Amino acid sequence: MQYYKKRTLVFDNANIAEGYTVAGPKENDGRYKGFFDLALKDDMFGQNTFERAERKMFEHAIEGAIAKANLTAADIDVVIGGDLLNQIVSVAFAARKQHAGFLGLYNACATFVESLIAGSAMLNNGLDYVLCTAGSHFSTAERQYRYPLELGVLRSPVTQWTATGVGATVLTSHKQPVPIRITRATVGRVVDYGVMDVNNMGAAMAPSACDTLVTFFKDTNTVPSDYDVIYTGDLGKLGSDILMDLARQEGYDISAQLHDCGASLYWDEQQTYQGGSGAACSALVFNAVLLSRMRRGEYKRILLAGTGALMSPTTSFQGDSIPAITHLVEVTA
Amino acid sequence: MAQYEITKDNYKEYVFEKMPKSSHWKNMFWAFVVGGTICVIGQAFIELYSIWFNSQDASVLASGTLVFIAAMLTGFGVYDNIGRFAGAGSTIPITGFSNAVVSPALEFRAEGYVYGVGAKMFLVAGPVIVNGVTISVVVALLTLLFGG
Repeated sequence: MQYYKKRTLVFDNANIAEGYTVAGPKENDGRYKGFFDLALKDDMFGQNTFERAERKMFEHAIEGAIAKANLTAADIDVVIGGDLLNQIVSVAFAARKQHAGFLGLYNACATFVESLIAGSAMLNNGLDYVLCTAGSHFSTAERQYRYPLELGVLRSPVTQWTATGVGATVLTSHKQPVPIRITRATVGRVVDYGVMDVNNMGAAMAPSACDTLVTFFKDTNTVPSDYDVIYTGDLGKLGSDILMDLARQEGYDISAQLHDCGASLYWDEQQTYQGGSGAACSALVFNAVLLSRMRRGEYKRILLAGTGALMSPTTSFQGDSIPAITHLVEVTA
Repeated sequence: MAQYEITKDNYKEYVFEKMPKSSHWKNMFWAFVVGGTICVIGQAFIELYSIWFNSQDASVLASGTLVFIAAMLTGFGVYDNIGRFAGAGSTIPITGFSNAVVSPALEFRAEGYVYGVGAKMFLVAGPVIVNGVTISVVVALLTLLFGG
Protein backbone atom coordinates (compact mmCIF):
# COMPACT_ATOMS: atom_id res chain seq x y z
CA MET A 1 0.00 0.00 0.00
CA GLN A 2 1.49 3.30 -1.08
CA TYR A 3 0.02 5.38 1.72
CA TYR A 4 -0.95 4.63 5.29
CA LYS A 5 -2.00 6.84 8.16
CA LYS A 6 -3.79 5.76 11.29
CA ARG A 7 -7.33 7.09 11.17
CA THR A 8 -9.77 4.58 12.67
CA LEU A 9 -12.48 6.03 14.93
CA VAL A 10 -13.65 4.40 18.15
CA PHE A 11 -17.26 4.69 19.38
CA ASP A 12 -18.47 3.65 22.80
CA ASN A 13 -22.16 4.55 22.69
CA ALA A 14 -23.32 3.90 19.13
CA ASN A 15 -26.02 1.33 19.85
CA ILE A 16 -28.19 -0.05 17.08
CA ALA A 17 -31.86 0.15 18.08
CA GLU A 18 -33.53 -1.23 14.94
CA GLY A 19 -33.18 -1.68 11.24
CA TYR A 20 -35.95 -1.60 8.64
CA THR A 21 -35.93 -2.48 4.95
CA VAL A 22 -38.10 -1.89 1.90
CA ALA A 23 -37.10 -4.14 -0.99
CA GLY A 24 -38.11 -4.29 -4.65
CA PRO A 25 -39.82 -7.34 -6.17
CA LYS A 26 -36.68 -8.70 -7.87
CA GLU A 27 -34.71 -8.36 -4.62
CA ASN A 28 -37.36 -10.25 -2.68
CA ASP A 29 -37.21 -13.02 -5.30
CA GLY A 30 -33.50 -13.28 -4.58
CA ARG A 31 -31.47 -15.10 -1.98
CA TYR A 32 -32.83 -13.10 0.98
CA LYS A 33 -36.53 -13.65 0.24
CA GLY A 34 -38.59 -13.10 3.36
CA PHE A 35 -35.90 -11.19 5.26
CA PHE A 36 -37.28 -7.78 4.31
CA ASP A 37 -39.79 -5.82 6.38
CA LEU A 38 -41.67 -4.65 3.31
CA ALA A 39 -41.35 -6.27 -0.11
CA LEU A 40 -42.91 -4.39 -3.02
CA LYS A 41 -45.03 -6.31 -5.51
CA ASP A 42 -44.54 -3.56 -8.06
CA ASP A 43 -41.53 -1.23 -8.24
CA MET A 44 -43.79 1.73 -9.05
CA PHE A 45 -45.14 1.48 -5.46
CA GLY A 46 -48.47 3.01 -6.55
CA GLN A 47 -46.80 6.18 -7.85
CA ASN A 48 -46.83 7.59 -11.38
CA THR A 49 -43.05 7.96 -11.73
CA PHE A 50 -40.11 5.83 -10.59
CA GLU A 51 -38.57 8.83 -8.82
CA ARG A 52 -41.70 9.24 -6.70
CA ALA A 53 -41.64 5.51 -6.00
CA GLU A 54 -38.06 5.73 -4.71
CA ARG A 55 -39.03 8.71 -2.54
CA LYS A 56 -41.99 6.78 -1.11
CA MET A 57 -39.70 3.85 -0.33
CA PHE A 58 -37.53 6.22 1.72
CA GLU A 59 -40.58 7.60 3.53
CA HIS A 60 -41.70 4.08 4.40
CA ALA A 61 -38.25 2.96 5.50
CA ILE A 62 -37.77 5.99 7.77
CA GLU A 63 -41.23 5.69 9.34
CA GLY A 64 -40.93 1.92 9.54
CA ALA A 65 -37.60 2.03 11.37
CA ILE A 66 -38.90 4.60 13.86
CA ALA A 67 -42.05 2.56 14.58
CA LYS A 68 -40.13 -0.72 14.82
CA ALA A 69 -37.87 0.84 17.46
CA ASN A 70 -41.00 1.85 19.43
CA LEU A 71 -40.24 5.52 18.94
CA THR A 72 -42.10 8.45 17.45
CA ALA A 73 -40.87 10.89 14.82
CA ALA A 74 -40.33 13.46 17.59
CA ASP A 75 -37.70 11.24 19.23
CA ILE A 76 -35.33 11.37 16.25
CA ASP A 77 -32.75 14.15 16.43
CA VAL A 78 -31.23 13.86 12.98
CA VAL A 79 -31.92 11.93 9.77
CA ILE A 80 -28.74 11.20 7.81
CA GLY A 81 -28.69 9.60 4.42
CA GLY A 82 -28.38 9.66 0.69
CA ASP A 83 -29.32 8.04 -2.59
CA LEU A 84 -27.94 7.86 -6.12
CA LEU A 85 -30.06 10.48 -7.85
CA ASN A 86 -28.75 13.89 -8.81
CA GLN A 87 -29.00 16.33 -5.89
CA ILE A 88 -29.91 13.32 -3.67
CA VAL A 89 -33.56 14.20 -4.10
CA SER A 90 -35.13 10.95 -2.93
CA VAL A 91 -33.98 11.08 0.66
CA ALA A 92 -34.13 14.87 0.89
CA PHE A 93 -37.75 14.94 -0.29
CA ALA A 94 -38.62 12.09 2.08
CA ALA A 95 -36.98 13.96 4.99
CA ARG A 96 -39.35 16.90 4.61
CA LYS A 97 -41.99 14.70 6.28
CA GLN A 98 -39.80 14.43 9.38
CA HIS A 99 -39.30 16.88 12.22
CA ALA A 100 -35.67 15.88 12.72
CA GLY A 101 -32.62 17.67 11.41
CA PHE A 102 -31.40 16.39 8.07
CA LEU A 103 -27.92 15.73 6.77
CA GLY A 104 -27.76 14.67 3.10
CA LEU A 105 -24.78 12.54 2.11
CA TYR A 106 -23.40 11.28 -1.17
CA ASN A 107 -20.69 8.69 -1.55
CA ALA A 108 -22.47 6.64 -4.22
CA CYS A 109 -22.99 3.08 -3.00
CA ALA A 110 -20.85 3.66 0.12
CA THR A 111 -23.46 6.13 1.40
CA PHE A 112 -25.09 3.75 3.85
CA VAL A 113 -21.89 3.02 5.76
CA GLU A 114 -20.96 6.69 5.51
CA SER A 115 -24.27 7.54 7.20
CA LEU A 116 -23.58 5.00 9.99
CA ILE A 117 -20.19 6.62 10.65
CA ALA A 118 -21.64 10.13 10.67
CA GLY A 119 -24.50 8.98 12.91
CA SER A 120 -22.19 7.25 15.38
CA ALA A 121 -20.05 10.37 15.60
CA MET A 122 -23.14 12.46 16.40
CA LEU A 123 -24.11 10.13 19.23
CA ASN A 124 -20.60 10.59 20.60
CA ASN A 125 -21.43 14.29 20.65
CA GLY A 126 -24.52 13.94 22.79
CA LEU A 127 -27.48 13.22 20.50
CA ASP A 128 -30.01 10.56 21.58
CA TYR A 129 -31.44 9.09 18.39
CA VAL A 130 -30.10 9.30 14.86
CA LEU A 131 -31.63 7.65 11.80
CA CYS A 132 -29.26 6.52 9.04
CA THR A 133 -30.62 5.59 5.65
CA ALA A 134 -29.62 4.90 2.06
CA GLY A 135 -31.16 3.27 -0.97
CA SER A 136 -31.44 3.06 -4.72
CA HIS A 137 -33.95 2.15 -7.40
CA PHE A 138 -33.05 0.22 -10.54
CA SER A 139 -35.26 2.23 -12.86
CA THR A 140 -34.23 5.70 -11.67
CA ALA A 141 -30.52 4.85 -11.59
CA GLU A 142 -30.63 3.15 -14.97
CA ARG A 143 -31.98 6.17 -16.73
CA GLN A 144 -29.63 8.55 -14.97
CA TYR A 145 -26.48 6.51 -15.53
CA ARG A 146 -27.14 4.28 -18.55
CA TYR A 147 -29.82 3.70 -21.16
CA PRO A 148 -33.61 3.94 -21.33
CA LEU A 149 -35.16 0.83 -19.78
CA GLU A 150 -36.74 -0.52 -22.95
CA LEU A 151 -33.68 -0.08 -25.17
CA GLY A 152 -32.55 -3.46 -26.45
CA VAL A 153 -28.82 -3.70 -25.80
CA LEU A 154 -26.45 -6.56 -25.14
CA ARG A 155 -25.11 -6.34 -21.56
CA SER A 156 -21.46 -6.99 -20.86
CA PRO A 157 -20.76 -10.01 -18.60
CA VAL A 158 -19.01 -7.70 -16.08
CA THR A 159 -22.12 -5.58 -15.48
CA GLN A 160 -24.12 -5.54 -12.27
CA TRP A 161 -27.77 -4.84 -11.57
CA THR A 162 -28.76 -1.77 -9.55
CA ALA A 163 -30.76 -3.05 -6.60
CA THR A 164 -34.13 -1.55 -5.69
CA GLY A 165 -34.51 -1.01 -1.99
CA VAL A 166 -34.03 1.25 1.01
CA GLY A 167 -32.62 0.39 4.40
CA ALA A 168 -32.87 2.52 7.53
CA THR A 169 -31.15 2.07 10.89
CA VAL A 170 -31.96 3.82 14.16
CA LEU A 171 -28.84 4.47 16.23
CA THR A 172 -29.07 5.55 19.82
CA SER A 173 -26.85 6.49 22.72
CA HIS A 174 -29.20 4.55 25.04
CA LYS A 175 -28.28 0.96 25.95
CA GLN A 176 -30.38 -1.67 24.19
CA PRO A 177 -31.74 -5.00 25.53
CA VAL A 178 -29.90 -6.85 22.76
CA PRO A 179 -26.65 -4.94 22.60
CA ILE A 180 -25.42 -4.52 19.04
CA ARG A 181 -23.02 -1.64 18.70
CA ILE A 182 -20.96 0.11 16.08
CA THR A 183 -17.61 -0.01 17.81
CA ARG A 184 -15.06 1.21 15.29
CA ALA A 185 -15.02 2.80 11.86
CA THR A 186 -12.54 3.72 9.18
CA VAL A 187 -13.25 6.60 6.84
CA GLY A 188 -12.06 5.64 3.37
CA ARG A 189 -9.78 7.53 1.00
CA VAL A 190 -10.61 8.18 -2.65
CA VAL A 191 -8.59 5.65 -4.63
CA ASP A 192 -8.34 5.59 -8.42
CA TYR A 193 -6.52 2.79 -10.25
CA GLY A 194 -7.42 4.13 -13.68
CA VAL A 195 -10.32 1.83 -14.59
CA MET A 196 -12.31 3.46 -17.41
CA ASP A 197 -15.03 0.87 -18.04
CA VAL A 198 -18.24 2.05 -16.32
CA ASN A 199 -19.64 -1.46 -16.66
CA ASN A 200 -16.82 -2.84 -14.57
CA MET A 201 -17.35 -1.01 -11.29
CA GLY A 202 -16.24 -3.96 -9.20
CA ALA A 203 -12.74 -3.66 -10.64
CA ALA A 204 -12.79 0.11 -10.12
CA MET A 205 -13.77 -0.23 -6.44
CA ALA A 206 -11.69 -3.23 -5.33
CA PRO A 207 -8.42 -1.26 -4.74
CA SER A 208 -10.28 1.21 -2.50
CA ALA A 209 -11.87 -1.66 -0.55
CA CYS A 210 -8.41 -3.16 -0.04
CA ASP A 211 -7.02 0.21 1.06
CA THR A 212 -9.70 0.70 3.73
CA LEU A 213 -9.67 -2.90 5.00
CA VAL A 214 -5.89 -3.00 5.33
CA THR A 215 -5.88 0.40 7.03
CA PHE A 216 -8.44 -0.89 9.53
CA PHE A 217 -6.51 -4.10 10.26
CA LYS A 218 -3.27 -2.15 10.77
CA ASP A 219 -4.94 0.54 12.91
CA THR A 220 -6.63 -1.94 15.21
CA ASN A 221 -4.06 -4.77 15.19
CA THR A 222 -6.73 -7.19 14.10
CA VAL A 223 -6.71 -9.92 11.47
CA PRO A 224 -9.54 -11.17 9.23
CA SER A 225 -10.07 -14.28 11.36
CA ASP A 226 -11.09 -12.06 14.31
CA TYR A 227 -14.35 -11.54 12.44
CA ASP A 228 -17.22 -13.91 11.72
CA VAL A 229 -17.87 -12.30 8.36
CA ILE A 230 -16.60 -9.36 6.34
CA TYR A 231 -19.27 -7.95 4.03
CA THR A 232 -18.38 -5.56 1.23
CA GLY A 233 -21.12 -3.44 -0.35
CA ASP A 234 -21.36 -4.06 -4.07
CA LEU A 235 -18.05 -5.25 -5.47
CA GLY A 236 -19.82 -8.08 -7.29
CA LYS A 237 -18.27 -11.46 -7.93
CA LEU A 238 -15.36 -10.20 -10.05
CA GLY A 239 -14.66 -7.29 -7.70
CA SER A 240 -14.62 -9.65 -4.71
CA ASP A 241 -12.12 -11.95 -6.45
CA ILE A 242 -9.90 -8.97 -7.21
CA LEU A 243 -10.15 -7.74 -3.61
CA MET A 244 -9.02 -11.16 -2.33
CA ASP A 245 -5.98 -11.02 -4.63
CA LEU A 246 -5.12 -7.47 -3.57
CA ALA A 247 -5.56 -8.17 0.14
CA ARG A 248 -3.46 -11.35 -0.05
CA GLN A 249 -0.71 -9.26 -1.60
CA GLU A 250 -0.84 -7.02 1.50
CA GLY A 251 -0.55 -10.08 3.73
CA TYR A 252 -4.22 -10.54 4.65
CA ASP A 253 -6.14 -13.62 3.54
CA ILE A 254 -9.82 -12.68 3.67
CA SER A 255 -11.14 -15.50 1.48
CA ALA A 256 -12.78 -17.35 4.40
CA GLN A 257 -14.65 -14.30 5.71
CA LEU A 258 -15.41 -12.25 2.60
CA HIS A 259 -18.96 -11.90 1.31
CA ASP A 260 -20.44 -9.21 -0.87
CA CYS A 261 -23.90 -7.76 -0.26
CA GLY A 262 -24.48 -7.16 -3.97
CA ALA A 263 -23.11 -10.48 -5.21
CA SER A 264 -25.19 -12.43 -2.69
CA LEU A 265 -28.44 -10.53 -3.25
CA TYR A 266 -29.66 -12.44 -6.33
CA TRP A 267 -29.72 -16.00 -7.63
CA ASP A 268 -27.68 -16.72 -10.75
CA GLU A 269 -30.90 -17.37 -12.71
CA GLN A 270 -31.91 -13.74 -12.18
CA GLN A 271 -29.26 -12.80 -14.75
CA THR A 272 -27.64 -9.95 -12.92
CA TYR A 273 -24.22 -11.22 -14.06
CA GLN A 274 -21.84 -9.95 -11.33
CA GLY A 275 -24.69 -9.41 -8.85
CA GLY A 276 -26.35 -6.34 -7.41
CA SER A 277 -24.95 -2.83 -7.15
CA GLY A 278 -26.29 0.41 -5.76
CA ALA A 279 -26.65 2.05 -2.39
CA ALA A 280 -29.45 -0.40 -1.58
CA CYS A 281 -27.14 -3.45 -1.42
CA SER A 282 -25.41 -2.75 1.88
CA ALA A 283 -28.48 -0.99 3.33
CA LEU A 284 -30.71 -4.01 2.61
CA VAL A 285 -28.32 -6.78 3.56
CA PHE A 286 -27.11 -5.11 6.75
CA ASN A 287 -30.56 -4.21 8.09
CA ALA A 288 -32.45 -7.29 6.92
CA VAL A 289 -29.89 -10.06 7.18
CA LEU A 290 -26.81 -9.19 9.22
CA LEU A 291 -28.68 -7.50 12.08
CA SER A 292 -31.06 -10.43 12.51
CA ARG A 293 -28.17 -12.91 12.46
CA MET A 294 -26.38 -10.87 15.10
CA ARG A 295 -29.56 -10.78 17.21
CA ARG A 296 -29.74 -14.55 17.00
CA GLY A 297 -26.13 -14.78 18.08
CA GLU A 298 -24.88 -16.28 14.82
CA TYR A 299 -22.38 -13.46 14.40
CA LYS A 300 -20.53 -11.76 17.23
CA ARG A 301 -18.26 -9.42 15.37
CA ILE A 302 -18.55 -8.34 11.75
CA LEU A 303 -17.14 -5.78 9.36
CA LEU A 304 -19.29 -3.94 6.84
CA ALA A 305 -17.38 -2.12 4.11
CA GLY A 306 -19.54 0.08 1.87
CA THR A 307 -17.99 0.50 -1.56
CA GLY A 308 -18.76 3.39 -3.89
CA ALA A 309 -17.77 4.43 -7.41
CA LEU A 310 -17.71 8.21 -7.57
CA MET A 311 -18.03 8.88 -11.30
CA SER A 312 -20.90 10.59 -13.08
CA PRO A 313 -22.05 10.08 -16.70
CA THR A 314 -20.45 13.45 -17.55
CA THR A 315 -16.99 12.52 -16.24
CA SER A 316 -17.17 9.16 -18.02
CA PHE A 317 -18.09 10.73 -21.38
CA GLN A 318 -15.24 13.19 -20.88
CA GLY A 319 -12.82 10.27 -20.65
CA ASP A 320 -12.02 10.32 -16.94
CA SER A 321 -11.29 7.18 -14.96
CA ILE A 322 -13.44 6.00 -12.03
CA PRO A 323 -12.42 7.10 -8.51
CA ALA A 324 -13.75 4.87 -5.74
CA ILE A 325 -14.22 5.00 -1.97
CA THR A 326 -14.83 2.47 0.79
CA HIS A 327 -16.01 3.22 4.31
CA LEU A 328 -15.93 0.56 6.98
CA VAL A 329 -17.70 -0.07 10.28
CA GLU A 330 -17.05 -2.75 12.86
CA VAL A 331 -20.26 -4.02 14.44
CA THR A 332 -20.09 -5.96 17.70
CA ALA A 333 -22.87 -7.89 19.41
CA MET B 1 -4.36 -15.43 -8.35
CA ALA B 2 -1.99 -13.40 -10.44
CA GLN B 3 1.56 -14.67 -10.62
CA TYR B 4 2.99 -11.17 -10.48
CA GLU B 5 2.63 -8.19 -8.17
CA ILE B 6 -0.46 -6.17 -8.96
CA THR B 7 0.33 -2.46 -9.01
CA LYS B 8 -1.52 0.64 -10.07
CA ASP B 9 0.39 0.55 -13.36
CA ASN B 10 -0.44 -3.00 -14.42
CA TYR B 11 -3.89 -3.03 -12.83
CA LYS B 12 -5.80 -2.64 -16.10
CA GLU B 13 -3.99 -5.60 -17.69
CA TYR B 14 -4.58 -7.69 -14.56
CA VAL B 15 -8.33 -6.87 -14.60
CA PHE B 16 -8.56 -7.68 -18.30
CA GLU B 17 -7.01 -11.10 -17.68
CA LYS B 18 -9.32 -11.75 -14.77
CA MET B 19 -12.64 -10.60 -16.21
CA PRO B 20 -15.12 -12.97 -17.85
CA LYS B 21 -15.26 -12.43 -21.62
CA SER B 22 -18.43 -12.36 -23.65
CA SER B 23 -18.67 -15.24 -26.07
CA HIS B 24 -18.23 -13.79 -29.57
CA TRP B 25 -19.41 -16.98 -31.29
CA LYS B 26 -22.60 -17.09 -29.23
CA ASN B 27 -23.23 -13.38 -29.78
CA MET B 28 -22.64 -13.71 -33.52
CA PHE B 29 -24.91 -16.74 -33.74
CA TRP B 30 -27.86 -14.98 -32.09
CA ALA B 31 -27.23 -11.75 -34.01
CA PHE B 32 -27.32 -13.80 -37.24
CA VAL B 33 -30.48 -15.70 -36.33
CA VAL B 34 -32.46 -12.73 -34.99
CA GLY B 35 -31.18 -10.21 -37.55
CA GLY B 36 -31.87 -12.72 -40.34
CA THR B 37 -35.35 -13.43 -39.04
CA ILE B 38 -36.19 -9.72 -38.96
CA CYS B 39 -35.01 -9.43 -42.59
CA VAL B 40 -37.09 -12.47 -43.62
CA ILE B 41 -40.17 -10.93 -42.01
CA GLY B 42 -39.41 -7.68 -43.86
CA GLN B 43 -39.11 -9.58 -47.15
CA ALA B 44 -42.41 -11.33 -46.46
CA PHE B 45 -44.12 -7.94 -46.06
CA ILE B 46 -42.53 -6.72 -49.32
CA GLU B 47 -43.92 -9.78 -51.12
CA LEU B 48 -47.32 -9.23 -49.52
CA TYR B 49 -47.51 -5.52 -50.39
CA SER B 50 -46.28 -6.27 -53.94
CA ILE B 51 -49.69 -7.79 -54.62
CA TRP B 52 -51.25 -4.32 -54.44
CA PHE B 53 -48.38 -1.84 -54.95
CA ASN B 54 -45.29 -1.40 -57.14
CA SER B 55 -42.00 -2.69 -55.71
CA GLN B 56 -40.71 0.70 -54.46
CA ASP B 57 -43.90 1.46 -52.55
CA ALA B 58 -43.98 -2.09 -51.21
CA SER B 59 -40.47 -1.67 -49.75
CA VAL B 60 -41.38 1.60 -48.05
CA LEU B 61 -44.54 0.07 -46.62
CA ALA B 62 -42.63 -2.99 -45.39
CA SER B 63 -40.10 -0.73 -43.57
CA GLY B 64 -42.96 1.24 -42.04
CA THR B 65 -44.60 -1.99 -40.86
CA LEU B 66 -41.37 -3.20 -39.22
CA VAL B 67 -40.93 0.16 -37.48
CA PHE B 68 -44.51 -0.05 -36.22
CA ILE B 69 -44.11 -3.60 -34.94
CA ALA B 70 -40.83 -2.76 -33.18
CA ALA B 71 -42.43 0.31 -31.58
CA MET B 72 -45.27 -1.89 -30.31
CA LEU B 73 -42.87 -4.50 -28.96
CA THR B 74 -40.88 -1.75 -27.23
CA GLY B 75 -44.05 -0.43 -25.64
CA PHE B 76 -44.99 -3.90 -24.42
CA GLY B 77 -41.50 -4.34 -22.95
CA VAL B 78 -40.49 -7.19 -25.26
CA TYR B 79 -37.86 -5.63 -27.51
CA ASP B 80 -35.26 -5.09 -24.79
CA ASN B 81 -35.52 -8.79 -23.94
CA ILE B 82 -34.78 -9.68 -27.56
CA GLY B 83 -31.88 -7.21 -27.65
CA ARG B 84 -30.37 -8.68 -24.51
CA PHE B 85 -29.24 -11.78 -26.42
CA ALA B 86 -29.54 -10.70 -30.06
CA GLY B 87 -27.26 -7.64 -29.72
CA ALA B 88 -26.51 -6.14 -33.13
CA GLY B 89 -29.01 -8.58 -34.65
CA SER B 90 -31.84 -6.46 -33.30
CA THR B 91 -30.00 -3.11 -33.17
CA ILE B 92 -28.84 -2.78 -36.77
CA PRO B 93 -32.10 -3.45 -38.67
CA ILE B 94 -34.62 -0.61 -38.96
CA THR B 95 -36.48 -2.14 -35.99
CA GLY B 96 -33.51 -1.23 -33.76
CA PHE B 97 -33.85 2.38 -34.86
CA SER B 98 -37.51 2.30 -33.93
CA ASN B 99 -36.62 0.88 -30.51
CA ALA B 100 -33.94 3.58 -30.05
CA VAL B 101 -36.52 6.34 -30.60
CA VAL B 102 -39.49 4.85 -28.78
CA SER B 103 -37.66 3.71 -25.63
CA PRO B 104 -36.40 7.18 -24.53
CA ALA B 105 -39.75 8.70 -25.58
CA LEU B 106 -41.51 6.30 -23.20
CA GLU B 107 -38.93 6.73 -20.48
CA PHE B 108 -39.01 10.52 -20.36
CA ARG B 109 -42.78 10.84 -20.73
CA ALA B 110 -42.78 11.60 -16.98
CA GLU B 111 -41.06 14.96 -17.63
CA GLY B 112 -43.85 16.05 -20.00
CA TYR B 113 -44.18 16.36 -23.79
CA VAL B 114 -41.74 19.27 -24.23
CA TYR B 115 -38.83 18.68 -21.83
CA GLY B 116 -39.42 14.94 -21.68
CA VAL B 117 -40.60 13.29 -24.89
CA GLY B 118 -39.62 16.18 -27.18
CA ALA B 119 -36.17 16.82 -25.76
CA LYS B 120 -35.13 13.24 -25.03
CA MET B 121 -36.68 11.28 -27.91
CA PHE B 122 -33.50 11.34 -30.00
CA LEU B 123 -31.17 10.73 -27.07
CA VAL B 124 -29.99 7.43 -28.53
CA ALA B 125 -30.92 7.84 -32.20
CA GLY B 126 -29.69 11.45 -32.49
CA PRO B 127 -25.97 10.62 -32.83
CA VAL B 128 -26.85 7.93 -35.40
CA ILE B 129 -28.72 10.47 -37.53
CA VAL B 130 -26.05 13.17 -37.21
CA ASN B 131 -23.17 10.83 -38.03
CA GLY B 132 -25.16 9.04 -40.71
CA VAL B 133 -25.97 12.29 -42.52
CA THR B 134 -22.39 13.55 -42.16
CA ILE B 135 -20.83 10.38 -43.52
CA SER B 136 -23.34 10.16 -46.37
CA VAL B 137 -22.31 13.69 -47.44
CA VAL B 138 -18.63 12.71 -47.33
CA VAL B 139 -19.32 9.55 -49.35
CA ALA B 140 -21.40 11.54 -51.87
CA LEU B 141 -18.54 14.05 -52.30
CA LEU B 142 -16.01 11.26 -52.81
CA THR B 143 -18.30 9.64 -55.37
CA LEU B 144 -18.67 12.97 -57.16
CA LEU B 145 -14.89 13.50 -57.28
CA PHE B 146 -13.61 10.01 -58.03
CA GLY B 147 -16.61 7.92 -59.00
CA GLY B 148 -18.57 7.59 -62.18
